[in-house]
Amino acid sequence: MTDPILKQLQKNSKLSASDLAELLGRDEKEIAEQISQFEKDGVILGYHAVVDPEKTGNSGVTALIEVKLTPERGGGFDLLAARISKFDSVTSCYLMSGGYDLAVVVNGETLQEVARFVSEKLSTIEGVISTATHFQLKIYKQSGFLAHTESEGKRLAVAP
Amino acid sequence: MNLENSIAEHLRAIPRSGIRDFFELVQGRDDVISLGVGEPDYSTPWHIREAAIYSLEKGETSYTSNFGLMTLRREISNYVEDQFDVQYSPDDEILVTVGVSEALDLAFRALLNPGDEVIFHQPCYVSYHPGIVMARGVGIAIETKAEDKFALMADDVEKHITDKTKILVINFPTNPTGAVEPVEELEKIAALAIKHNLIVISDEIYSELTYGDDEGMQRGEHVSIASLPGMKERTILLHGFSKAFAMTGFRLGYACAPPILTEAMMKIHQYAMLCAPITSQAAAVEALQNGAGPVEEMRQSYAMRRNLMLNRFEKIGVPCFSPGGAFYMFPDVREFGLSSSEFAFKFLEQENVAAVPGSAFGEAGEGFVRCCYATAIDKLEVALERMGDFVERLR
Repeated sequence: MTDPILKQLQKNSKLSASDLAELLGRDEKEIAEQISQFEKDGVILGYHAVVDPEKTGNSGVTALIEVKLTPERGGGFDLLAARISKFDSVTSCYLMSGGYDLAVVVNGETLQEVARFVSEKLSTIEGVISTATHFQLKIYKQSGFLAHTESEGKRLAVAP
Repeated sequence: MNLENSIAEHLRAIPRSGIRDFFELVQGRDDVISLGVGEPDYSTPWHIREAAIYSLEKGETSYTSNFGLMTLRREISNYVEDQFDVQYSPDDEILVTVGVSEALDLAFRALLNPGDEVIFHQPCYVSYHPGIVMARGVGIAIETKAEDKFALMADDVEKHITDKTKILVINFPTNPTGAVEPVEELEKIAALAIKHNLIVISDEIYSELTYGDDEGMQRGEHVSIASLPGMKERTILLHGFSKAFAMTGFRLGYACAPPILTEAMMKIHQYAMLCAPITSQAAAVEALQNGAGPVEEMRQSYAMRRNLMLNRFEKIGVPCFSPGGAFYMFPDVREFGLSSSEFAFKFLEQENVAAVPGSAFGEAGEGFVRCCYATAIDKLEVALERMGDFVERLR
């Protein structure tokens, strides 16, 4: 079972140690220590706001790139994947089962910028056999949040 | 024509619901923070709603068996065995109803002769006493007390048993108090039911929403009286989908009982209701097959809000026992010298927060208010801050 502190922070990272202490009925100091331990151990990698870019007015470009690789002797896919992950424009990078090896999510200001990254950086790395770039058109759900929420049904103010 | 006199006498004897008066007052105000609801703040989990939509798309719009869809009854049978450790046959021991409310009404009507006495514990859900009266029975209320954490004491039950007593109604976890019944006491009550040949109607609608350890992050144990030795044969177990699965508007419940009792309830159900809505039944099948995850998620979220409420009540110095189930707090407001109704009305007027007066749940609820914490955390925080200000002025 996921640790209850992690579980709540994954839903809402704004919860403070004192909020969590109250909600989970535990000691604040103990919670704060546990959180910093998670941070030290790399269990918690970071915190960020989930933003709907369509509503910010600055229209960046996001692409999902399927990458096929030749695994290296000794390192498998890990060395290449690590190298690719280090680019700032790569926001996520996963090793996949199935028809290709890495799913690489790339952010850029413009379509050209992403295209340039793929042609100049990604596909020139030794071991990269091929890439297939899919540009993201619209966001419906992001990191567990619906981008367009409909109003939910209303409850009566008083009910037995 | 005097229409008032044309209303059946026993119905006229039932007073207007205290909750309705309060509801109308709340309705007339804007931006009220409501702790007055008796339902989850979640919409039904999407997979369940989607199953209902799919059922409609497939054209499942007909009547079903009076008992309910066989698939659903099989699922209920499995679920009840898993949750309550009692086996009921889907063939003749399970009746799918329009909410537990209907099942309760069926049970009373199927069993009561005029003048039969029904023992129930108060404060309690608003339907019990009227339901008994509408079935021409006589309701005998036993007061449960804050010092017992609103559990029902077997000794109190015994004192109220007469040769006319036919039924004992229990509801744990309890609306409006959130009380759970200690197993030792439940066992003693079962022994009394056997000794005095009583039928027990056990409304277990909140049974999934229990908070085990102090923090409540683990689910608490729930023992159904039907699972105790010798009790299945004399128990009508009522359960449904409204609370744990957040399906109040689907209006779906069920009764599990020995075949003769199920058949008797079905007789009324078939003429009065025919069957529960098929769309709701389809949704319920999905709820039982795949709903365990969402139910536990919701339970944990209630558990956290319960912790928050307990902490805030303590901070503002309003005594409130730690409830082991449901999603209600039942704080004690006797020290302020107001009736619970005056307290709730003034609190609404001055702070725009609605909490239901305990007296709406019977005389035994006097001096308490019911605060439902199935509401967004930020609203709970504001509501309790305002209650802090309010009681400060009263002091």
